[in-house]
This record gives sequence, C-alpha cells and structure tokens, in this order.
Amino acid sequence: MKIKQIAEQLDKLNVDSREGFDFEHQIIPGEEEVLQISLVGREEIPVYLTLTDTQILCISYLWGENEIKPESKNELIEMMLDMNIPMPLSSFSRIGEQYAVFGALSTNSSIEDIAHEIVTLSDNSLEAIDVMSEFLK
Amino acid sequence: MGLLKKIFTAIRGGATEAGEAFVDANSIRILEQEIKDADNHITKAKQDLTTVIAKEMAASREIEGITAKISEYEGYAVSALDKGDETLAIEIAEKIANLESELTQQQEAQTSFSAHADRLRELVKKTERTLAEYKRQLTMVKTTDSVQKATSAISDSFSNSNSKIMSATESLERIKQKQREFDDRLQAAETLDNESSDTSLETKMKEAGIGPQTSSASSVLDRIKAKKGA
Repeated sequence: MKIKQIAEQLDKLNVDSREGFDFEHQIIPGEEEVLQISLVGREEIPVYLTLTDTQILCISYLWGENEIKPESKNELIEMMLDMNIPMPLSSFSRIGEQYAVFGALSTNSSIEDIAHEIVTLSDNSLEAIDVMSEFLK
Repeated sequence: MGLLKKIFTAIRGGATEAGEAFVDANSIRILEQEIKDADNHITKAKQDLTTVIAKEMAASREIEGITAKISEYEGYAVSALDKGDETLAIEIAEKIANLESELTQQQEAQTSFSAHADRLRELVKKTERTLAEYKRQLTMVKTTDSVQKATSAISDSFSNSNSKIMSATESLERIKQKQREFDDRLQAAETLDNESSDTSLETKMKEAGIGPQTSSASSVLDRIKAKKGA
C-alpha cells in the first residue's frame, strides 16, 4: 500500500468507519511522504501518517519542550509513563523537541483499522493535552 | 541489541536536535546484505540437511540389509557344519566376517550422518534466530530513518505554510471552542425546531377551541356576573 492509496481509500470510507468525523488530508512531499490528516473541527492537531516496509506509523504532536513548566517536567514525564499502557492504541513519545502520541499498525491493516487508529489517536491527543495541561505553560 | 545502544548513544549525544541520522545510510545496506547472506545460509543448510538425512536413511537401510544377510549366512554356516563340511563353513564364516566389517562401516557412517544432521539443524535454528534479529534491527533502522525524514518534511511544510504554530493548550482551547460553537448551534436549531412545532400545535388547538382561550369581552362579563351573583 502507498500513501496515495491510503488517502484515496480514506475518501471512500462511510461515516460509520470514520466514527462520525470528516477527514481532510493532504500529502506532504519529501524524501519520506507524509499524509497529513485533519479531523474536521480539530484542524489544529492533525494526525500524520507515514509508511515503512513493515509498519504504518500515525503520529500526533502534542507540545514542545518550551511549553512545559520547568518545575513540572519530571511529574509530566512520570505521568506519561504511567498513562502509556492505559491509553488505548497509542503511546507517548518524543521526537526531537516535540512530544507526541503515536500508534503503529501492520502494513496489512484494513483501511477501517487505519481510520480507527486515526480517530483514536486524535481523541488521545486531545485528552492527553487536557489532562496534562496543568504541567504546561 | 547493539542497535538500540547505538540509538541510545545518538539520542544522548543530541543527534535528534540537529536532525542528524541516528544510523548512517550504510547501516541499512549492511543489514540488508547480512539478511540476504543469512537467508542464503539457511537455504544452503537446509539443502545440506536434506542430503545428509537421505544418506542417513540409506545407511539405515544398508544396516538392515546387512544384518539380515548376516543372520541368513549364519544359518548357512550352521547347515554346513551340520553336514560336516568344515571347509564350506569356514568360507561362509569369512563371508559373515566381511559382512560384519561392512556393517560396522555402515553403522559408523550412520552415526556420523546423524551427528552431521543434528549440527545442521542447530545451524539452521541459530541462523534463523540471527535472521530474525537482523530483521528486527532493520525495522528499527528504517523506522528511525523514516520518522526523521517525515519529521523534517512535516516541519518544512509548517514553515512553508507560515501557519502560526500554536501551543498545545491553545490548540486544544480552539478545538473545544469550535466544539462548543457547534453544540450551541445544534441546540439553537433544536430550540427553534421545538418552538416552531409548539406554535403550530397551539394554533391548531385554538382553532379547535381546546386549551387556554384568550379572554373575550363576553367571557369577562360572564365572570363579573358570576362574582356579583356570589
């Protein structure tokens, strides 16, 4: 499966598989193609999808290092570790200076699975920011 | 295992900040070559194993055949002795001795084939473990590489689009605000719906003379008369 195919298949999904959301997407060109997916109403925090030989990675960026209250950083990181397993389908991570939630899927996943992952990741990212906001500036 | 350590060191050294690759491009090529080699080793070892197992089976069959022949000739030797033909008995005994040495040879061959087969099986298992490990490492390298490239593509597109990067809490607030507006609109529409259906119902009721009636002069007068009477 290619990024473009995933994008095309997402467009054909019925509303049930999109869990009530409308998806908007665009391909970000580059050495590694990225599909940026926005859930309508949640454009500020999009989901980014990339493909490797073995997995589909979905990533949502949360906050930057500079947004963390310095005195709360330890507590925030411990909270993220504690919440990693309870959080459905997604895990916390950090890419450079950016904290993120991500989910990895097998390249054999159905488009419905991918859509479910995207919606779950979006839900998780909003909820994570909400509960962690006391640690953020 | 070695690779995770490499990534650990790279991250600790701050390689991510500069967008440097954790693993040089050569690593992927080397790992891919190692996987190819390991795959070839497994194929070769499996072919060898088939040959050795076939040889071991042939040796087993030989052993059975020779054993059967030995007991057959032992029978002949007994018959020769019974007939008092010592010379023939010795000839037969020589034949048996030859068969026995052949048997020993075949048994030794069988033991050696069987040991060889065991070694090959062990080799296949070991190589398969190595192969799995190389594949795991390759996944790690490729994922790391792809995430790095993707991240730089994403941040490039951010800076190209000049989109103002909001903080996480600002973004969340915006999204919540949009959700509230949506909910408000939904509720307003619902209220409007209800109101309009209320109005039409009331009109219908009034026309039918049901429900609270607006007072008319005659009804007021009736009420006053009733009060006065009481």
